[in-house]
Amino acid sequence: MAVVEATPPIVSTTTPADHPDVPGGPVLPDAPAEPAERAPRREVRRQLSGVRVSDLLNVCGAGVAAFALATLVCTVLAPVTSPLGFVAITVGLFLALYALLVSLTESGVAVRDKLVTVVVHGAAFTLLAGLVFIVVFTFSRGAAALPHVNFFTQDMALAGPLDPLSDGGIRHAIVGTLIQISIALVITIPLGLLTAVFLSEIPGRFARLVRTVVEAMTALPSIVAGLFVYATLILALGIPKSGIAAATAISIMMLPIMVRSADVVLRLVPGTLKEASYALGASQFRTVWQVVLPTSRSGLTTAVILATARGIGETSPVLLTSGFTAAMNSDPTSGPMVSLPLAIFQFVKSPEPTMVARGFGAAAVLMLLVLTLFVLARVVGGSSPLKKDARRRAREQARTERRRRAAARGPRGRRPTRTPHPTHRLDQEQS
Amino acid sequence: MSATTDVPRRLGTRRSWSDRAFRGTLVAGGAAVLAIMGLVGVFLLIRAWNALHRAGWSFFTTAAWEPDSGNFGIAAILVGTILIATVAVSVAVPLALGVALYISEYAPARLRQPLVSVVDLMAAIPSVVFGLWGFFFLQSHVTGLARWLSTTFGWFPPFSVPGSDPHDPLATTTVYTSSTFIAGLVVAMMIAPVVASIMREVFMQAPVGEREGALALGSTRWGVIRRVVLPYGKGGIIGGTMLGLGRALGETIAVYMIISPVFAVQWHVLANGGSSVSSLIALRYGESTPFGTSALMAAGLALFLMTLVVNFAASSVVARSRSGASS
Repeated sequence: MAVVEATPPIVSTTTPADHPDVPGGPVLPDAPAEPAERAPRREVRRQLSGVRVSDLLNVCGAGVAAFALATLVCTVLAPVTSPLGFVAITVGLFLALYALLVSLTESGVAVRDKLVTVVVHGAAFTLLAGLVFIVVFTFSRGAAALPHVNFFTQDMALAGPLDPLSDGGIRHAIVGTLIQISIALVITIPLGLLTAVFLSEIPGRFARLVRTVVEAMTALPSIVAGLFVYATLILALGIPKSGIAAATAISIMMLPIMVRSADVVLRLVPGTLKEASYALGASQFRTVWQVVLPTSRSGLTTAVILATARGIGETSPVLLTSGFTAAMNSDPTSGPMVSLPLAIFQFVKSPEPTMVARGFGAAAVLMLLVLTLFVLARVVGGSSPLKKDARRRAREQARTERRRRAAARGPRGRRPTRTPHPTHRLDQEQS
Repeated sequence: MSATTDVPRRLGTRRSWSDRAFRGTLVAGGAAVLAIMGLVGVFLLIRAWNALHRAGWSFFTTAAWEPDSGNFGIAAILVGTILIATVAVSVAVPLALGVALYISEYAPARLRQPLVSVVDLMAAIPSVVFGLWGFFFLQSHVTGLARWLSTTFGWFPPFSVPGSDPHDPLATTTVYTSSTFIAGLVVAMMIAPVVASIMREVFMQAPVGEREGALALGSTRWGVIRRVVLPYGKGGIIGGTMLGLGRALGETIAVYMIISPVFAVQWHVLANGGSSVSSLIALRYGESTPFGTSALMAAGLALFLMTLVVNFAASSVVARSRSGASS
């Protein structure tokens, strides 16, 4: 996850629709000269597309032929029982047949291009379909537990594994998750932001060391974070297994992720803004407080939310440092406090179908929670001042463009001619 | 004429006390984070010292886990961890490469942004959900594939399954369950979105001018990918793979749910049983005596060092590549 949020927020603001003409594209001799005061445009990629009927027919033909051949192979020649084996044979045959079909009309280079296109599409579809299936699978198995209101309002203290789904719920896990993540945020937000500001404001050898270590820590195994807290807080300091220990372990997981993504965001603040602030005589603190942080506010919020989404799904640190309970515990300082992922883990250990359904229901709730956080991050991240500024500039540019075109069109609504003024008048007289 | 040479005035910045306090706070914050991260290693080492001292070098060569009788080592679980990660990376990376190339090169412009969001969202799915899917769906559906693989490619030692008889149609498929292979598949699904997201990020930054140049020279789309996009994104591919590898090495819950632990070196990836450092810790942390805990800390330290090395290698590769450390 650490890398996902690293997208510089300015990149996606200009869509190809804003700039229909590609710089460096063919320039007609009589094209009007670009006004010199125009801001330099972002380069826009050429859209390579276009499907011919023969391409489509080739794919379909190869597909049908591969399916038929694979059926023949799997039922008569070399019987395969597994459906996955059948799929594998079909795919292999399809690629061979498709190459054969394309090579009837195209050269070797084109055949290779088409083959790679098919392979890339296939890989992309497989992975995306697999991931979507995992989500759908979880929701469909959890659907039995989700409609019961008591699933959200009761805990499991009085409900046994054999009780129906209309008894017991995951309130204790939801509350535990919320408490733990709140404590973790109280620890990580100030420390993480402070460190990120440190990395961007006081560059130097020490900052580089801190950045290297933080980057290396983004993939710290969660069980090691749990083990560390277990070794320090619980074994060395004698703090009992509790919600606060779990929250500490989660913070250790979240801290590097947050620092790293906040650092990326802070580095995007334009130097001109900061220098303008210094030129006005502001101190470094005022510059950070009133220029840097407000400018990158939405990006920082995104960093916090994405780190939260990561921390909320961690199971093993909570397993090691908090322990399992079936009862509600809203006191993070004492006694085991279960979180949603840990509750899922415990539910599905039971062979009882109702417990498994509860586990899947809890997983669905957890995924909804992550999804909500993610959508929140997108919404907040979509409205950064930098982005707004870029969008406003693009709009203004489009408006001036339209106005100029309208002015060039003249009173009679003629199409703009590409000739300068004197010739234009001559042109009118001729007509 | 003795012109007075102009001596430039030394300009020093005298910061106000509030600025100095502010900078002090910032440095303190950075130092605190550094200290916390350093403490993770130091504390694990202190706690593990007892066990490491007792076991000596045999810690790395023993394939058993009975700390209280002094017979313990990470040979088996380290091999298991690496095998799971290998399976995961070799499944996840081609798929992730496909997704990254599809999004950056083939997808229609309208679909691109939604797909980026979907992949990023998938990277945020908690690992326990993948564990559920692996345990309740994959476990029962993939044994056929495992059986086919072991029958067809059994001559390749890691794919052979001792105790299985491919010619007996009634043979039970339980020898193929709870294997390193299945755990690897689940971890692959888990790391693939992360890897894809990093690769896609770098691919999309490949310079437009070079793409245009390749197209102008008459290259096909694959030509552009092969000669411009892939060379440019090499750092991202390697960095993404290494990051995925780091994740795969450290994954706990999904592996714990699937694998049935054995403490012998299990080379047969398709056969029942396997182990990993993190699942061993999750399994044994509760029942340990103080010395057992120390041994677990030693195992955790080994895992920690392994992921740290992988990560440092990844970041140095990415930083040196043309696309830079933007991801």
